[in-house]
Amino acid sequence: MPLSNDDLSAIWLTLELASLTTVLLLLIGTPIAWWLARTDSWLKRPVGAVVALPLVLPPTVIGFYLLIALGPNGYIGQLTESLGWGILTFSFTGLVIGSVFYSLPFVVQPLQNAFESIGNAPLEAAATLRASKLDTFFSVVIPLARPGFITASILGFAHTVGEFGVVLMIGGNIPGKTQVVSVQIYNHVETLQYTQAHWLAGGMLLFSFVVLLALYSSRQAKQGWQS
Amino acid sequence: MFRHRLKALCALLVAGALSPNSFAADVNVAVAANFTAPLKAIAAEFEKDTGHRVIPAFGATGQLFAQINNGAPFEVFLSADDSTPAKLEQAGNSVPGSRFTYATGALVLWSAKPGYIDEQGAVLRQNGFKHLAMANPKAAPYGRAATQTLEKLGLSTRLKDKIVEGQSITQALQFVSTGNAELGFVALSQVYKDGKISSGSAWLVPDAYYQPIEQDALILSKGANNPAAKALTDYLKGPKAQAIIKSYGYKI
Repeated sequence: MPLSNDDLSAIWLTLELASLTTVLLLLIGTPIAWWLARTDSWLKRPVGAVVALPLVLPPTVIGFYLLIALGPNGYIGQLTESLGWGILTFSFTGLVIGSVFYSLPFVVQPLQNAFESIGNAPLEAAATLRASKLDTFFSVVIPLARPGFITASILGFAHTVGEFGVVLMIGGNIPGKTQVVSVQIYNHVETLQYTQAHWLAGGMLLFSFVVLLALYSSRQAKQGWQS
Repeated sequence: MFRHRLKALCALLVAGALSPNSFAADVNVAVAANFTAPLKAIAAEFEKDTGHRVIPAFGATGQLFAQINNGAPFEVFLSADDSTPAKLEQAGNSVPGSRFTYATGALVLWSAKPGYIDEQGAVLRQNGFKHLAMANPKAAPYGRAATQTLEKLGLSTRLKDKIVEGQSITQALQFVSTGNAELGFVALSQVYKDGKISSGSAWLVPDAYYQPIEQDALILSKGANNPAAKALTDYLKGPKAQAIIKSYGYKI
């Protein structure tokens, strides 16, 4: 196989980044989605719009602002430095932060839809049985919203794997630390190593197709159950 | 009689359209990103002097190469190196004999902080920084020159873990100017204005430390019959354009 060690470490790094980002996004995204699904506050629309921003903004914009915010002159950079963590650009941690921003809507929106479709009835039933709010959430909401969680995880993971612009802007192309597959493909194309570029790019294409196929098949299977 | 006149008129019009110098033409130019500012200045003068119009597309040399090979409508190519134009020449994608060096780049070690870099570049030997930015040495000639400089200084191994790479020289500059990297190797043309370094501090790397960064231009096959393409390459060799190029921090 014409893949170099750098290619293989890029693949491994990408999977690591996507997995960690997905887990973090489920933890962060679930409360946000729940609040968005249940609230009547006037803040609902502005917050929803902020969450959806990465859908429309070019990744270079997010990357550019992250570069400035995480840098020594930015608010986040000054905070992380005063906490003794140092500057997070050009580090794996920095990529995780960037990816969480970048993939946020892909996790929050399916969860929000799933929570909204549950409706009030199951929650009221649980309340009459004196279940606590937390208990209700874990024993009623999460099982009912399972398809939403599956969709959110798949989309969050896949979208992070496909991330390019943000990593390019704050990564620094360091093998084993910030050099992910999409950047490595760009490297190969830039340096006219088209064979290696084809292997990685073809792999990405196949991966994305399989992921989407799995997603759509799971939806089809669930349809009878949902309606 | 009427028909004859019409025929004559048509012949006249066709002859007019085909004759090379009677009409001003547009020329599509693919330009390496580091030459953006000087090209704009040169294009303005060129348009005034010749009446031809320059339509530039700026990008990374490797990207532009891929686009040219895949049918992009560029007629002149101003590359950031000499090897990419040579490849186009070998592949028969250009007008034979049209290749020439239009500018020679200079490498500089630069920091956004005034006084951070001394005039001998000794800062590289002290361990006072965390990140040293440069362009990807495999893709960008300025990155290659930066790697050669570190080798010459015997610092390649020691600084290996501090290097962060931008995909282009523009991105390397961005890393340094935002302070994310304390210092970095960039093109002199990026930080040079009106005869001096425009901000921060810098060490001009001596010529002997790296292979010359020769930036070559050529007329592509698509521009073979466009008089404006020939006019532009001639203009680039002329004193007016050369003075502009020099003022942007290139050696000639």
